[in-house]
Amino acid sequence: MNTPGLSARRAALPALPAMALLWLLALALLWLLALAPPPAHAAPPEPPAAKLVAEKSQIGFVTRQMGVPVEGSFRRFEATLKLDPRRPEGGSVALSIDTGSASLGLPMADAELPKPTWFDVAHHPRASFESTAIRALGGDRYAVNGRLTLKGITRELVVPVSIAPAEAGRSVATGSLVLHRLDFRVGDNEWTDTSMVGNEVTVNFRLILAAPGTP
Amino acid sequence: MPTPPAAPAPARTGLPRRDRHDGRYGRIAIALHWLLALMILSSLCVGVAMVGLPFSPARVRLFNWHKWAGIAILALSALRLLWRLAHRPPPLPEAVLRAMPGWQRAAHQGTIALMYALFFAVPLLGWAYSSASGFPVVWFGVLPLPDLVAPDHALAESLLKPLHATLAFSLATLAALHVAAALKHHFIDHDPLLARMWPRGRGDRPGDPPP
Repeated sequence: MNTPGLSARRAALPALPAMALLWLLALALLWLLALAPPPAHAAPPEPPAAKLVAEKSQIGFVTRQMGVPVEGSFRRFEATLKLDPRRPEGGSVALSIDTGSASLGLPMADAELPKPTWFDVAHHPRASFESTAIRALGGDRYAVNGRLTLKGITRELVVPVSIAPAEAGRSVATGSLVLHRLDFRVGDNEWTDTSMVGNEVTVNFRLILAAPGTP
Repeated sequence: MPTPPAAPAPARTGLPRRDRHDGRYGRIAIALHWLLALMILSSLCVGVAMVGLPFSPARVRLFNWHKWAGIAILALSALRLLWRLAHRPPPLPEAVLRAMPGWQRAAHQGTIALMYALFFAVPLLGWAYSSASGFPVVWFGVLPLPDLVAPDHALAESLLKPLHATLAFSLATLAALHVAAALKHHFIDHDPLLARMWPRGRGDRPGDPPP
């Protein structure tokens, strides 16, 4: 495109190696582009980090002893939330429960729960739940798929959760699910008799979530 | 209940049949007496044994059996009291009454009245203790009973538990006194008091000639 004299000289060069060089250059350029980090504006937005208001939240469970409902709770737990409680889909939840904080409100039973037969707190001080997907079910209901690890045993489960607005810009996540204690070897040895303590344990939770930007 | 005309009952009195007696308690009253005696004694033994057990399935089992038995005792005692109100117990034989000093008659009436009060108070307090401890009673593992009091551990441990135990031991003491008195009448006074409550079967059916 410059002077006609120059292009005439270039035309004299062997055409094939030049074409090959051009192709290599183009490929290298594409390769670099593919490896380069994508521009910031193209990434999906990082889910905002909500906070668990642990002191106002509750994780309880109900077992049956010879038909008698016996209620217990975990007094200490924490959560890492990467979600907007007002739009939880696509976010994630990681819950960590202090197994040594389990209580039936009865000193004699509470002295037993940390033992290897029950929660084996010495070896498994924490139970955890990590979500793998949060799907909207319509209304204020969501299905949280995740992995529960208790006493070193991990099971996949789906937790139904309802999330409703609460006072002070907070949200309240409530739900209930039934676990089988023997899946996690909770109540081992002489306590595996389910006519004594039922296998089904209903877990009820009420978690108060502070949305991002609220106290 | 009027006397069935065809019944070969002895026509010794003109009283309705339920108040007529041959000096003995009726069959139902005798059955309830011995059944409840057995149940109360068993519950006392289970109660004493279970509280010393460590946390174990055996402990949970005994506690539940004890509660089931207690509710059964309460229900049967209510039935027994109603039965007693409708079917007057036979009066003490004249000879026995004459031989009893006033304090013995008072002790006799007082012991029975107190025992009846405790037949209700002890199971009710046990039930309330269980409710206050946060353990509703589920009768035989299938019938949930209402809580008598709201869960309150302080109330359960400081008041209801000691009261239940104290009154249970009081009932046991009164029952021992009751048994001692019956044995005294039988073996020392040689009067027929014990026979009034002894199950039939030795030819002393109604209509049999008096011995």
